[in-house]
Amino acid sequence: MNEIQELYQQVILDHNKNPRNFGKIAPATNEAEGYNPLCGDRIDITANIENNIIKELKFNGSGCAISKSSASIMTTLVVGKTIEEAKELFDEFHKIVTAGIRDRVDTLEIGKMAVFAGVREFPSRVKCASLAWHTMINAIEKKQEKEINMN
Amino acid sequence: MNKLDIDKIRNDFPTLSEVVNNKPLVYLDNAATTQKPRAVIEAIENYYRHYNSNIHRGVHALSQKSTEAYENSREKIRQFINAQKIEEIIFTRGATEALNLIVSSYGRQFLKAGDEVLISNMEHHANIVPWQLLAQEKDLKLRVIPINDNGELILEDFDKMLNEKTKIVSLVHISNTLGTINPIQYVINKAKEIGAITIIDAAQSIQHKVIDVQKLDCDFLVFSGHKLYGPTGTGILYGKYDLLDKMPPYQSGGDMIKSVSFERTLFNDLPHKFEAGTPHIAGNIALGYAIDYIQSITLEAIDEYENYLLDYATNKLSEIDELKIIGTAKNKASVVSFVINNVHPHDIGTLLDADGIAVRTGHHCTEPIMKRFGIPATSRASFSFYNTIDEINVLYNSILKIIKIFK
Repeated sequence: MNEIQELYQQVILDHNKNPRNFGKIAPATNEAEGYNPLCGDRIDITANIENNIIKELKFNGSGCAISKSSASIMTTLVVGKTIEEAKELFDEFHKIVTAGIRDRVDTLEIGKMAVFAGVREFPSRVKCASLAWHTMINAIEKKQEKEINMN
Repeated sequence: MNKLDIDKIRNDFPTLSEVVNNKPLVYLDNAATTQKPRAVIEAIENYYRHYNSNIHRGVHALSQKSTEAYENSREKIRQFINAQKIEEIIFTRGATEALNLIVSSYGRQFLKAGDEVLISNMEHHANIVPWQLLAQEKDLKLRVIPINDNGELILEDFDKMLNEKTKIVSLVHISNTLGTINPIQYVINKAKEIGAITIIDAAQSIQHKVIDVQKLDCDFLVFSGHKLYGPTGTGILYGKYDLLDKMPPYQSGGDMIKSVSFERTLFNDLPHKFEAGTPHIAGNIALGYAIDYIQSITLEAIDEYENYLLDYATNKLSEIDELKIIGTAKNKASVVSFVINNVHPHDIGTLLDADGIAVRTGHHCTEPIMKRFGIPATSRASFSFYNTIDEINVLYNSILKIIKIFK
């Protein structure tokens, strides 16, 4: 497999075509909007968190194959997890897309994230792969980005 | 269509023979920045190797030489856009800084609450955000001329929007995203009838079209050097002398003063009043060489050949059913923005890059255009006179391959 084939492997193309947990939860206990200024993509994360556990989490918006498939896989990984576990998964994911380093390769979650290891060869695409994850963290921590408000 | 010796021209640009991902570079991102001819690269090297020195103050030989080269470059630019006076040519870091200068200096001094600033739906963010910030500060009204589905200004709406409160009309000449060439002469004439100040963003037109600021009779015109085959970090603000003269300084410090004491400071004359600090001397000198290079080919020949490339690319890409061109104005420059069904522009960009093709993907710093067309982003191929029909064919074939991957 060359670098470009590794980046656009079948799992990624599949999640791009048929994203899991795509849509919006209303009402939601937590939500955040993520934004990638490089490509203009926006992503909405909505979630229901009860007793520190992510009961439900969905994403909405447009994005490239890398960001969409990453969002899709992220949702399948964090639903059912505690907030702390979701943050730990994010740390692992970040390592994979920036350095390809995997501390533990023995879990199902890490195995699923590993399809994004090819992203590290494309520095401009790391943001695409991480956008949904960052937005998920903002949603569960209830943080939001600032905008100029002209109204 | 062989008035230009393309092989010879391509030889003048060292970057064009680079290999990217084991493929010959196909550089189609000229609206973002153009490659530099050897004459420009050598002018920079020559300055640093042989006469590196500060300008406007030394009495020694090198300083006199650099000052002369610097001011010669200013004169070349004056002639290039046919400004009346050399003092009307201000060196800036680029079109963005030039616009910020106008907004901060003219805008802050002369606009007041309730005044209206008119821009268009196809402005670059650099001609939106500075006005937004000033509008917040001074309670101005920012109004936007709409565009139609082809990406053309709706002039009937523009006519109606003009009123006695309109103090500024600031318009892009050629859209970096859509390629639309705006009827700036019409807009300037109309704006002048009601006494508004006219500003033209020529960042995407200066490298394609002959610009004559006296004929246009605009009050200000800005462009960047790096899109004109010159160095990055260079740009020009043209302004009418009387306006520039009554404007307060933008930045302050060295070179922009006549005398300084702790009690009072006397500002320098134009153009130095707006050029605080040591500028990009090498870059601004080299910009003059870029203009020499363009004039050796002539803008008329450049425009004709680029139109030929545009027509070929438009026809070729239109053959692809899954592809849609965004920006179909009647009057267009050599920019082709497009979207492909079910393939995000960012993926297109990465996959084209794997074939050595450089295009820009994203919103091109024109998010309101994306919103107008209901899309998040486009891929944009923008052509220069050093591009070829063969390169457009490479782009076409690579796009077909991408569509296959995502089927």
